[in-house]
Amino acid sequence: MRRQLAPAFRMMLVMTILTGLIYPGIVTAVCQIFFPRQANGSLVRADGRIVGSALIGQNFTKPEYFHPRPSAAGTDGYNPTASGGANYGPTSSRLIERVRADIAKFREQNPQFQGPIPADIVTASASGLDPDISPAAAYAQAPRVAKARGVPLARVRQLIEQYTEPRPLDFLGEPRVNVLKLNLALDGDNR
Amino acid sequence: MTPIGILQIVVYFIVVLAITKPMGAFMARVFQGERTFLHPLMRPLERLIYRLTGVNEDGEQRWTQYAASLIAFSLASFLFVYAIERLQGILPFNPMHFGTKAAPPGAAPVTPDLAYNTAASFLTNTNWQAYSGEMTFSYFVQMAALAVQNFVSAAAGIAVAVALIRGFARHQARAIGNFWVDLTRCTLYILLPISFVAALIFCSRGAIQNFHAYTQVKTLEGSTQTIPQGPVASQEAIKLLGTNGGGFFNANSAHPFENPTPLTDFIQVILIFLIPAGLTYTFGRMVGDTRQGWAIFAAMTILFAAGVFVCYHYEAAGNPILAKLGVESKYTGSQPGGNMEGKETRFGIAQSALFATVTTDASCGAVNSMHDSYTPIGGLVPLFNMETDEVIFGGVGSGFYGMLLYAIVGVFIAGLMVGRTPEYLGKKLQQKEVKMAMLAILATAFVILVFAGITSVIPFAKNGYWNPPGPATANLNNSGPHGFSEILYAYSSAPENNGSAFAGISVDTPWYNLTLGLAMLIGRFAFMIPALVIAGCLAEKKKVPISSGTLPTHDALFVGLLVGTVIVVGALTFFPALALGPLVEHFLMHGGKLFTMLIFPRWS
Repeated sequence: MRRQLAPAFRMMLVMTILTGLIYPGIVTAVCQIFFPRQANGSLVRADGRIVGSALIGQNFTKPEYFHPRPSAAGTDGYNPTASGGANYGPTSSRLIERVRADIAKFREQNPQFQGPIPADIVTASASGLDPDISPAAAYAQAPRVAKARGVPLARVRQLIEQYTEPRPLDFLGEPRVNVLKLNLALDGDNR
Repeated sequence: MTPIGILQIVVYFIVVLAITKPMGAFMARVFQGERTFLHPLMRPLERLIYRLTGVNEDGEQRWTQYAASLIAFSLASFLFVYAIERLQGILPFNPMHFGTKAAPPGAAPVTPDLAYNTAASFLTNTNWQAYSGEMTFSYFVQMAALAVQNFVSAAAGIAVAVALIRGFARHQARAIGNFWVDLTRCTLYILLPISFVAALIFCSRGAIQNFHAYTQVKTLEGSTQTIPQGPVASQEAIKLLGTNGGGFFNANSAHPFENPTPLTDFIQVILIFLIPAGLTYTFGRMVGDTRQGWAIFAAMTILFAAGVFVCYHYEAAGNPILAKLGVESKYTGSQPGGNMEGKETRFGIAQSALFATVTTDASCGAVNSMHDSYTPIGGLVPLFNMETDEVIFGGVGSGFYGMLLYAIVGVFIAGLMVGRTPEYLGKKLQQKEVKMAMLAILATAFVILVFAGITSVIPFAKNGYWNPPGPATANLNNSGPHGFSEILYAYSSAPENNGSAFAGISVDTPWYNLTLGLAMLIGRFAFMIPALVIAGCLAEKKKVPISSGTLPTHDALFVGLLVGTVIVVGALTFFPALALGPLVEHFLMHGGKLFTMLIFPRWS
């Protein structure tokens, strides 16, 4: 056993340099050359300033913007330094109370919307930073957004359709609407 | 369940099936020291490493030396990781100044018990995370301590599996290979090249890779948001390929910077099974009969398919209590339906259920959804996968040698039924091999049940050292049977070296850090050492000729025997615990029963 200790420490040192410094260093260099936008966080600019990341959700609350899913990241939600889900089990009374309150709020804010609530819009995501909502959750909010902005409902629905990302390779994951991109498109329209 | 969801799972499995043979054949060449297409690039580097470390490439080891090398290397790993974690304040690549007075508000301190737990976690390939990466560790810790273990703990696991395979393949031999050579070759020819390619793909789809400080942005509505940065893509690739599972961020593969699109998600689940599936073929190739490998592959496939479709079914059916409140429970084409609590929009139900099953079939532990919020039966699948020792493809190396231990037990049981000394691959299985296989299987079961039991009842003084919140159950985020499931999941995940969690439970206290850390170490070494003992015993044995009394181990009967052994051992050991947790919760959920958090009495 004692004879194994010297090679063990030497091997750890070599592996630390190889896989812990050289490997991530080369990957960083290649990514920064070929994919600089993605490697630096897919940051989005509007009016010359950075307004967020296309991949990180934001806590929209104003009626003229589309709203994201509930978020358990940080006390106010959508805090990217506190990613995570609510971790409520299916029989947690706190889960049911939260969903009930969010349903009431959603119905109040979107009185034109009838029918069952889309499953994603009243449930907290796993990351707390989900940048997307389902197309159904976007269409449900369209009348409110159109009214608050004074633009025709048809135009808002057209934008949702335009910003609905289909499944990659036509079968993976679910179709989705990026809330920040959609809201930026609405702002671009009003300008 | 939807046709397109089922299609995602079926196509996934076809891809795994298609890459098993090329991957397995390549690994067989690497571990037998044959030339591969990577030799012009890697062979000089390999020689250099042997020169720097003083390893004699041609010197093979007996099982005792092999195990000693493994333990010495694990000890060195522990000290390296622990030291780097504790010293992060004075080390480079720390733009957020973690571990110093200039750390951002909300940053978590790296206490000795947390540093110990994390070191144990990464060296055992568990990657249990009692910390939140984005607010605890510098880029240097993530790269040079944690991601290094992602490589070498995976390589060590694969090395042990290959040593056990050599035990079956060799006759009247004393040596089972050289640990240092197996470790080096695995890292250079298998882990590094695949990780490099995967990291570039992840980054091209949106995973970040930089050394910047966190970015402050003003959002569209005018509030501020701090966006974390870091070398994520490089770590993400090996996290999955090495079935480690330790995320750069707290949200793990649910985080859009780790796993930005459904396509990257699909590649992630493939990476998890790539090496474990390939090893079944490597095994067949090295013992000289590929049918033996495919039989094991078939048994794993049956268990995988059962788990993934049970999980998917219950997650797609959703939570009946939410449906009563007016939430859509059915898939409609424009929204996913089902149980979306704790799941990401882009992945939906099918990719989440697939990931949850695969990550616990293998001992990966990465998550793209929060298992704590799964329906009771949907969450039972990952729990049961872990408790049966993660042998369904399994962790890199560990899953395969785990399945061989079950095969030994299975063949032994069959031998008892017909009254013959059991044989497997031409080796007589005697008392010592069967005892060692049972030791490994029982050790982890013992740790799971005893630790979960103690934690469910142990009282602590509030604001004391061991568990400041009070009794160990005060750390739960749910009560009733789901609260018990949180404890059971934690103590199943640790000794099985999985690392996923019912994450509502707060585990960064000395009690949880120390017991879970101990559970991880026992689970790793009480499984590996018996596997090496068996390897040593088998290598010394003569090959017995096949006779009419030999049980064929490449046909459907053997596959059924192996599946039955796994299920029976798992069910007999864990049914009472599972009945108290997910099973009872399932029926209560359908009865509409809710649980509020208990107010705990003061202990002192």
